Formats: sequence, structure tokens, C-alpha cells
Amino acid sequence: MAKILMKGNEAIAEAAIRAGCDCFFGYPITPQNEVPEYMAKHMPKTGGVFVQAESEVAAINMVYGAAGAGFRVMTSTSSPGMALKQEGISYLVGAELPSVIVNISRGGPGLGSIQPSQSDYFQVTRGGGNGDYRIVVFAPSSIQEAVDLTIKSFDIADYYRNPVILLGDGMIGQMMEPVEFNLSGKTNLPKKDWATTGTNGERKPNIINSLALASEDLERHNYKLQKKYDEMEEKEVMHETYKMDDAEIVLVAYGTTSRITKNAIDSLRENGIKAGLIRPITLWPFPNKAFEEIPKTAKSILVVEMSMGQMIDDVKIANEGRLPIHFYGRAGGMIPSPEEIANKAKEIVGGAK
Amino acid sequence: MSLLFEPTKGMTDKSMHYCPGCTHGIIHRLVGEVLVELGVLGKSIGVAPVGCAVLAYDYFNCDMHEAAHGRAPAVATGIKRILPDNVVFTYQGDGDLASIGAAEIVHAAHRGENFTTIFVNNAIYGMTGGQMAPTTLIGQKATTSPYGRDKATTGMPLKISEMLATIDGAVFVERVTVHNVAGIRKTKKAIKKAFQVQLDGKGFGIVEILSTCPTGWGQTPVESLSWLENNMIPYYPLGNFRAPEEAK
Ligand SMILES: Cc1ncc(C[n+]2csc(CCOP(=O)(O)OP(=O)(O)O)c2C)c(N)n1
Ligand code: SF4
Ligand SMILES: [Mg+2]
Repeated sequence: MAKILMKGNEAIAEAAIRAGCDCFFGYPITPQNEVPEYMAKHMPKTGGVFVQAESEVAAINMVYGAAGAGFRVMTSTSSPGMALKQEGISYLVGAELPSVIVNISRGGPGLGSIQPSQSDYFQVTRGGGNGDYRIVVFAPSSIQEAVDLTIKSFDIADYYRNPVILLGDGMIGQMMEPVEFNLSGKTNLPKKDWATTGTNGERKPNIINSLALASEDLERHNYKLQKKYDEMEEKEVMHETYKMDDAEIVLVAYGTTSRITKNAIDSLRENGIKAGLIRPITLWPFPNKAFEEIPKTAKSILVVEMSMGQMIDDVKIANEGRLPIHFYGRAGGMIPSPEEIANKAKEIVGGAK
Repeated sequence: MSLLFEPTKGMTDKSMHYCPGCTHGIIHRLVGEVLVELGVLGKSIGVAPVGCAVLAYDYFNCDMHEAAHGRAPAVATGIKRILPDNVVFTYQGDGDLASIGAAEIVHAAHRGENFTTIFVNNAIYGMTGGQMAPTTLIGQKATTSPYGRDKATTGMPLKISEMLATIDGAVFVERVTVHNVAGIRKTKKAIKKAFQVQLDGKGFGIVEILSTCPTGWGQTPVESLSWLENNMIPYYPLGNFRAPEEAK
């Protein structure tokens, strides 16, 4: 199939439609507006549902309704809107409803800015909703990867009966790259016999619910959910390594930042510094194993983020105290240059004057 | 032997948790009866609120969702849009609908969503122990208005039916009561009309039902029936506020 040039947000929307997304509910917020706009234009053509909700709170609860009815559902937003969705996300997990939530994030806190940022790492991996819960979080670094992971998100959501988050920074949403759409063809997904479609007088009522008043019942439910999280940790971890074999300094970056970091690594190697990259593709579950496999040549780790340092906490957990960890970050929509990153790496390995 | 009375098939046989004298149970039964009489129980999907009726999902004998506090209209929107041939309803209290969920109900009405809302106004937060609601009457004592609701600091009780009747998409709006038999009969008629409006694809319908909360009000069940009649009805006039021609 020929590749077509598409903007990230539109490519994610098209990928969702191809993955069989039946309903989209959203609320305008920059820099993700092209997602609902694309959906408004194209969903009606395939008999899909598009509703512009009155708020992100309403949008995520519409997701809860349509997902409970057994359909493939997506919503998208950006950081402050993601904050409003937390209540609904917690309910989706509690009631075990599959859904895909896209966060094309921007700078914060508060209204922040509309520029690309990675300051929502805690929000997506730790959750702002209540209760013991986990969600698979994909962080694509190219538009093609965003497309592939969007399609995969629907399958994973259905398989686990759990929401999935796709986190792109504003750069992923706004830039254009050639893409192709390859469907997963996954057919062994469980039947949604729990969905509320009307009993037709032929079965007992189906109930979509996250309430369990008796402590024993809720604990049992928590154990059941935990089993799913354990399986996700076992099966769904994704990461990429780049020039790691002989690396003396290991850079860790995801999303847009990882692309810039690769450039920095190439220029470091031209200057005789053996640098390598670990790029988490799932932010949760975090690729802890990749850190166990860091070669003996490595002397230090440099975490690069467009934030004041959030993923660094997970790197510290994964590193288990083995190597010294350094940090380089820009915030507020400022994007680090390859030179800045390379200079920081040089400083660490002792090459900077 | 001839059968004179039987439980409606619209309800499960789970015993309800409501306090003695609470009229939530009567309203449940009326909704169940209407779904059966309209022959739509098998294609009905209800949305329970957060409030004393949170367990309504165990009582209605149809598919159910339990929604977050106030969000039932958004959940119902999601269901009805993708399953337009099913019958969808929300069952919500006054704290749920008139306070935390005010935005969701207004915009569901505003979009003219084709589902039905059963709105139980008992002028109090029953479930959480009798706090003041937006619908609590002036002078009425609640645990968070211990000196009686004061207009100066908390405003006047919100008249939801009157407010929603100003919205074009709310095609059926009626306020009824279940404090006496005549009221119960009228309530059932209103509920049936509201569901018929949905079946006709006309748009959003809401039945506001004045209901008692003897526990939250600190009254006996009998006292609460007359308190409703003497205090709530004068402020919340009964009647139809909007209906399509054929439902008038
Ligand atoms: C987000 C959130 N806030 C608060 C609560 C606590 N809460 C549970 S029920 C309720 C009030 C319900 O009152 P109402 O809707 O009037 O129903 P009633 O119990 O009177 O039938 C509140 C505030 C909650 N569950 N969730
Ligand atoms: S607290 Fe009030 S509304 Fe709740 S069940 Fe008891 S009487 Fe009914
Ligand atoms: Mg109440």
C-alpha cells in the first residue's frame, strides 16, 4: 500500500476508524483539535457516532456508556482535559470497559501553554483517578508508530477489558510524515457477552458497574484486576534500543525527545563518545528488563525529558541503584536541541571543557 | 383462584434497601410497570445514579449501567447514540442531577438526546446523611444548613423542570408527586408519556417526581407525606411544562 502524508492527529483519527472505532466523544482543546475535526468529518460516512461533548468530563462518561454497550470507543484530549477525564478513567477501569484515550499533551501546570511538553508522564502512568489501577500507556515517536499503536490500542483494550492511553506530545500531533495503515487482523479477542444491548427477554440483565460495597467483594475484584495488570507487565512491554552494544553512556528518552536524542547520540559517536539509547515505547508497563541488559561498558545514565524530570523516577526504579543517573530537561514547550543533549552527555563523561 | 396482584416483571425480586416510608421504591415500581406495559423491557438499558438509588441496577429487570455521580446523562448519551433502537433511561436524585450533574443534564437536553430521565426530587442528599441540596427549601433544616436554608448565602431552591423547559431539545417536561394515590396514578401516566416520546424519536424527556426522605427530613413516613404536600408542592408546582401535541 502506498504511503500517504498525514498530520499526526489526523493519522491517529484515521487509524482509529480503520481499527473499527464505532464512537468518538471529545471536546476541543489545542493541540489535538484535528482529531475530533477529522472524526466529525469521517465518522458519519461509515455509520459511526461523533458527539462533541459539553466537557471532557461528559466525553469520558459518554465513552463509558458506549463502551459498556460493547462498542469500540475513543476520546482524545490534551493535558488539562486529561485532568478532567480522570474520574471517568477510574470508573472505566473499575467497570472493566475497553476504550482508547488519546492525550496530545501540552505544557503545564494549569493552563500552561499549547506547546509540546512531556509533563504529563505522572498523570498517565500514576493516574489522577482514585483507586488501585493501571493502564497501558503507549508513547509513539513517529506518526507511523502512532498509527500502529492506535490500532494496537483497540485490540489491547478489548483483550484486557481496560482502557489504553496513547500519549503524544504536541509535536507528534502536529507534524506530518508519510504513513501506511496495517491492520492487526486480530481475531481471537473475547466476545463481549457482558455488554448492555438489551436482554431481549433471553438472558439475565447485564450490569456495568464499579461499586462493590462488601469489602470481600471489592478485594476479590482488586485481585482480579491485579491479575490483568500482571499479565500486561508480562506481555505488553515495548521498548527500542539504539547503539547500546558498546555504550558507555546510556541515554533514556521517549516520544519526540527520543528522536532528538538519537541525533545527539550520532554526533557524540562522531566525537568518539560511545552513547546509546533506551526508548520506552510503553511508559507503563515500563521496560525494566532493558535496564538489566545494559552492557558492562556503561558508566552512567542520562535521562532526557521535556519536563522537569518525571520518567526519571521509573528509570531509578529500573536501574536499582546500579549506575549514576543524570538528567537533562527543558520545559514549558521548549524543545531541547541535539547539541544541548550532547553537551550534557560530554559533561558527564568528562569530555566537556 | 384468580390473580389480583403480582409483582411487575420490570423489577427483579431482590429486596430493596430503601428506608421504611421512602417513596423511591414506589417510583421504581412505576418505571418497571411502564417498561413492561410498553413492551420495551427487553430492549431497555437504564443508568443508575450515585445517591440512594445507586443500587437501582439490581432492581430493574433490564440491562443497567451504574454511572459516576451526576454523569448519568452523559453515559446515557453514549449508549443511546450507538444503540438508537434501544430504550434508554436515567434514574437520578436531586443532588446527582441538579448539583454535580447540572451540566450533563442541561446539555443532554440541549442536544435533544432521545432518552428519558426519571428525576427524584426529595429536597435533600439522602444517601450521604441529609445534607442540603440545591432543591432544599428555604428554612428547611439539613445537616449542612443546620439553621435552615438561608437564601442570602445559598440562593433559592433550583426549579429544574422550569429551567429545562426553556431548552428547545427538552420536548417533554412534567412535575408530579407520589405522596398520595392520585399523585402516583398521574406519575405513572407521565412516565409512560415520557417513554412514548422517546419511542416516537421526539427527543429528551424528563419527569420530575417529588419524593419523600423521612430519614433525611427527620420525620415519620406519614409526617413526610404531608410535609411534601404542604411545603414542596407550593414551591414546586405540579404540572406539564412541555409536551409534543399528542402527549398533552
Ligand atoms: C464525585 C462524588 N462526590 C460525592 C459523592 C458522595 N455522594 C454520594 S450520594 C450523594 C448525594 C446524593 O443525593 P441525591 O442525588 O439527592 O440522591 P438521594 O440519595 O437523595 O436519592 C453524594 C454527594 C460521590 N459518590 N461522588
Ligand atoms: S435516606 Fe431518604 S432517600 Fe435514602 S432511602 Fe432513606 S428515606 Fe429514602
Ligand atoms: Mg435527593
